[in-house]
Amino acid sequence: MISKEEVQHIAKLARLGITKKEEEKFARELSKILDYIEKLKEVDISNIEPTSHSIEMENVMRSDIEKSKIKNQKSKILLDLAPETKNGYLKTKPIL
Amino acid sequence: MELTNLTITQIHRALINKEFSVLELCQTFLDKIKSEDKKINAFLTVIKDLALSQAKKVDEMILEGREIPILAGIPMVAKDNILVENIRCTAGSKILGNYIAPYDATCIKKLKAAGAIILGKTNLDEFAMGSSTENSAFFPTKNPHDTERVPGGSSGGSAAAVAANLSVFALGSDTGGSIRQPASFCGIVGLKPTYGAVSRYGLIAFASSLDQIGPLTKTVEDAKIVFEAISGKDPLDSTSVESKISNFKFQISNLRIGVPKEYFVKGIDPEVENIIKNAIKKYEEIGAKIEEISLPHTEYALPCYYIIAPSEASANLARYDGIKYGMSKVKSQKSKVKSLLDVYLKSREEGFGAEVRRRIMLGTYVLSAGYYEAYYLRAQKVRTLIRKDFEEAFKKVDAIFTPVTPTPAFKIGEKIDDPLKMYLSDIFTAPINLAGLPAISIPVGKVAPHQNGGGGLPVGLQIIGKHFEEEKIFEVAKIYGNISNAK
Repeated sequence: MISKEEVQHIAKLARLGITKKEEEKFARELSKILDYIEKLKEVDISNIEPTSHSIEMENVMRSDIEKSKIKNQKSKILLDLAPETKNGYLKTKPIL
Repeated sequence: MELTNLTITQIHRALINKEFSVLELCQTFLDKIKSEDKKINAFLTVIKDLALSQAKKVDEMILEGREIPILAGIPMVAKDNILVENIRCTAGSKILGNYIAPYDATCIKKLKAAGAIILGKTNLDEFAMGSSTENSAFFPTKNPHDTERVPGGSSGGSAAAVAANLSVFALGSDTGGSIRQPASFCGIVGLKPTYGAVSRYGLIAFASSLDQIGPLTKTVEDAKIVFEAISGKDPLDSTSVESKISNFKFQISNLRIGVPKEYFVKGIDPEVENIIKNAIKKYEEIGAKIEEISLPHTEYALPCYYIIAPSEASANLARYDGIKYGMSKVKSQKSKVKSLLDVYLKSREEGFGAEVRRRIMLGTYVLSAGYYEAYYLRAQKVRTLIRKDFEEAFKKVDAIFTPVTPTPAFKIGEKIDDPLKMYLSDIFTAPINLAGLPAISIPVGKVAPHQNGGGGLPVGLQIIGKHFEEEKIFEVAKIYGNISNAK
């Protein structure tokens, strides 16, 4: 069973604000789901390699060239989506 | 002629013969969406003016006597987690409620270039997390076969729109069954391509090692046309692969079909089981060899999926921080929102719905210090075993047949309060995403009418193939249509 303190810790790691009421709800629900996934402990995984992707992958590289024309048009579109900007930068609240 | 019933191939032929114009066709669809979508709520956004101006362009091409591509002038819709430039894209979430897509997804770019006409964006479970479309932050979509039931999910809006003849075809995305399960519930065709076959550029990410975009259509032939239009390597998606499209021809007497015994166990609705077994029998009657096979790690696929998918989701959804785009509390004057951390916490608290929060929490937990090996790494190793089960099976058979879901469409509200019960809807589809294989859902029958004298609820057969053997799946799936038509 996950404790409420663990729920608070996880929510903080996830940068997710949760209400007091949700602490109990998450403790209950996550415990139930974790009980279900405990089933994987039955499987013998010794000497088995992990799979991160189901097909073989290779790195894709591109040349490191600035695309100035695209940069100007696209960066404005992207910046316009931000809630607050200043001089072409994203603006945030202070960290401290 | 009822224009909205037609398939891609039928419309293409009619357009060339000038039986009707693209403008007429699109206007008919838009009128029908206006009058009938309120019954099923498949649409989040209807795109009228742009659709009509695109329609006129295709009509001009036809009038000039130019040859048009097969998808030119064909009305379509896209799940609202696929970006269409300058059109709102919500992912079914409040956090992206006012987000305007800054560019086209690669699949959209390809379909636009082929002349397809986008009529709208369809409803989904928030960030594609769910099996019923009830997790949409806006409203649930209803099943056109019985409006008290769910259309499935997460591509429920796409499936319902095609089934209700509000679109000729749709794009969906499938992470654990989100194309195949709603296709099955709504009685249409749905393909989850091989992982890497279709570029994911411009798809709002859920679980990046599992997500694939694919078509929902009225026929297998149409699914093939759309798949061929959207597949291929894309420099903007490093996981995309050039698939070798080959015209696959075979003799039915050489076709070996595997039926895994682990997919016919307790929990499956007896009527669904019967319909699937009858469909398999039809293949046997015309000469295919049916073999019982075993995929021994099947029972571990769903718990494995519910570690891997939430883990990837918790990382992918970290980008919704209230700083770059989407809902934000950065301008909040409330005393509680002082620091950057407050902006993160409050924006995400208000922006994300219940299921998304649950999965972010679950994913963060299993990836957190001390648990990584016990959960995530173990799940990745089990994933290897699941993949190998299929590899072994495909040494003996050409295709694997299973039910898509253990039950037909369930009632709205039936499973929404019990996450685990909802997760079990994906029990026959999630293993295929873990293995990265292509699989199609085709309608093969209906369970007896349940109420209101309705025509019954559709049941889908899942046909699974080897990596990049979509063409073989299409050919095998087409046989079913041919058998049924012959009767």
